[in-house]
Amino acid sequence: MSEAAATRLSNWQAAWVIARRDFLAILFSRAFFFFLLGPLFPLVVGSLAGSIGGKVQQQAQTHVVALAMSPEDSTRVMDALQTIGPELDGALPALVRADGTDPKAILAEPGHAYGAVLSGTPSAPVLTGPDAQLARWKGPLSLLAASAAGEAKLRFAPMELDTVTQSAASDRSDRIRTAQAGQLLLFLLTMLLAGMVLSNLVEEKANKIIEVLAAAIPMDAVFMGKLVAMLGVSFVGIAVWGTAIGAFALASGHGLGALPEPALGWPLFIVLGIAYFAMGYLLLGSVFLAIGSLATTVREVQTLSMPVTMVQLLVFFLAAYTLTAPGSPLEIAVCIFPFSSPFAMLARAAQSGALWPHLLALAWQGLCVLIFVRFGASLFKRRVMKSGRSKPVRAK
Amino acid sequence: MLTEAEQRPRGELSSKPSPLAIEARGLIKRFDGILAVDGVDITVPEGAIYGVLGPNGAGKTTTLRMLLGIIDPDEGVRRVFGHDRPHEIARQIGYLPEERGLYPAMKCDEAIAFLGALRGLPLAEGRRRGRELLENHGLGHAIDRQIRQLSKGMAQTVQLLGTLVHHPRLVVFDEPFSGLDAINQGKLEVMIRDLAAQGTTVIFSTHVIHHAERLCNEVAIIAGGKVPYAGSVDVARDRIPAQVRLETVKGDGVWRRALPESARHETKSGGGHFWTFSLPDSGTEALLRALIEGEAGILSLSIERAGLHDAFVAIAGEAAARELGRNSPVEEASR
Repeated sequence: MSEAAATRLSNWQAAWVIARRDFLAILFSRAFFFFLLGPLFPLVVGSLAGSIGGKVQQQAQTHVVALAMSPEDSTRVMDALQTIGPELDGALPALVRADGTDPKAILAEPGHAYGAVLSGTPSAPVLTGPDAQLARWKGPLSLLAASAAGEAKLRFAPMELDTVTQSAASDRSDRIRTAQAGQLLLFLLTMLLAGMVLSNLVEEKANKIIEVLAAAIPMDAVFMGKLVAMLGVSFVGIAVWGTAIGAFALASGHGLGALPEPALGWPLFIVLGIAYFAMGYLLLGSVFLAIGSLATTVREVQTLSMPVTMVQLLVFFLAAYTLTAPGSPLEIAVCIFPFSSPFAMLARAAQSGALWPHLLALAWQGLCVLIFVRFGASLFKRRVMKSGRSKPVRAK
Repeated sequence: MLTEAEQRPRGELSSKPSPLAIEARGLIKRFDGILAVDGVDITVPEGAIYGVLGPNGAGKTTTLRMLLGIIDPDEGVRRVFGHDRPHEIARQIGYLPEERGLYPAMKCDEAIAFLGALRGLPLAEGRRRGRELLENHGLGHAIDRQIRQLSKGMAQTVQLLGTLVHHPRLVVFDEPFSGLDAINQGKLEVMIRDLAAQGTTVIFSTHVIHHAERLCNEVAIIAGGKVPYAGSVDVARDRIPAQVRLETVKGDGVWRRALPESARHETKSGGGHFWTFSLPDSGTEALLRALIEGEAGILSLSIERAGLHDAFVAIAGEAAARELGRNSPVEEASR
């Protein structure tokens, strides 16, 4: 005889049973190990690409201009360069005395990479080179030639420097940087996790355990449990990476100071960041779960999830685009549309000090999660649990 | 005469407070416009062993899924222990689906505990009971093994134990004998009888009639998404008259009038006569009297009551029976 006085688990209890199992199973799986290592790959690839790109750019930039004047004029120009060069801090090119006087021949000379050739005299200088180089060096070299010709008696007055940390103009542009960084991190994390929850469900279908779950507890609870488990896993991952990065930052003497302080302050921004990450992930994850319900093979999953990924990418770009126009109709629409709302609202947290829109947005996003989970679960019940042969419906 | 259930309009449940484990009326389910189940009525008394019989694709699994609330019917109503929504009483139900499935990385006792936890049993208690059940069913050596390390039959037993670990009032098995060897099929039959003896209602679907014939008090025969018969096994068998095999010395006489006109007659090379026919409505005694008084010269006589298989053929039709024949017990056991 049954011992159960209570007749069923509540939805939250049922979701907890699923979440606990999934959380532990993922935490002690190889998948989690790769999840932890995951962020290393873009970091390594990014730094390699940055380093190579920097070198290429460095090599590609032509900062050298050949000097093809008489020896006396060349000496005067070089002296002027010594005088004003340091004050202009990189605005002037490096000058090299060329062997010859024909600028075109000098530019065509193999083995050299001169951006342009400065010839003539300091009073009547001639600059020869491609358009881009002429546009770049025309002004600074005119100033240099004038200085060499002694036409402009340049004397640099000693300037007192008084540094301030921020100005109103820089505040805004700097906070945009913080917002961009927050959005990018949010986007990468949600995409990574939503993909993981999708493969988790497909694996479950392959294990054929899904029917056992569906028989015992409502599918809403199954979906919610799976989402929460993956969220828990992601928090563990974030905690591990956060600790590592924090320790590195402390050890190296750098911190969040590298990024400008958000309008709501760092503590609240971080709390909101976590909340928006959770909501962004739950929203996308619930859609991916619905997709996973419909798919029976990995190929089907890839086919079905591709459009959603593309849309999510578009949503992210849109949210990034509206960063610079807070309060515009487009930005408000992006804040309301559930899938872009977490990104847009995180950007707001970086740029605006008002707190209530965030509470409203979080409530709205939470409601959307519940609706999507319910929709996904009903889709699952309607479309997935089919079996046996059947016959056409008779006309009634 | 119609029963109370038959008199009720389709889609209405009984208002009588009867000890029913399951009551379903007019269940209809379509998938993508295709009719899978077409107006199924099922009534399962509490404590019964109830068989759902039918060939593959008849609608058995879909019916069971509707009864358990895994899917909802498009039309009709079902009630489990008086509840319209089976999930409301999930703790009182155990379910073994046709497609068995467990997490491959879980250990056996964890798998059983997890299945119990889904039905509200605390994990620690589930693990304790799981170990006990595994010991009692000869799988004590596998307690700490992962599911992926087990044979198919062992994994199936683990899942079966997980279905029962929370001591459900109602157990639903979808094709439980499928994939088991003859020995384990026998063990499962014993387990089902034990459950029923403890008061648990057991429903199982099968396309192997012998299991149902040995175990069930009542059956529902499903064919083409419909239930042409639901009721006791005895009544089903009694729908078919007993088969008579008679061997006589004489080939004719006044006693012939006692035999139905459809009786098949064969003459033996030695002169004897064989007769095969359904027992007439007048019964055994009348037949015997006519044979003896008519001096037919009875050499041998056997009267066999129809089996459930014969009843199934008569009720579900030849096509369904042929389908069923393709899944004979011999074939099933050898899989």
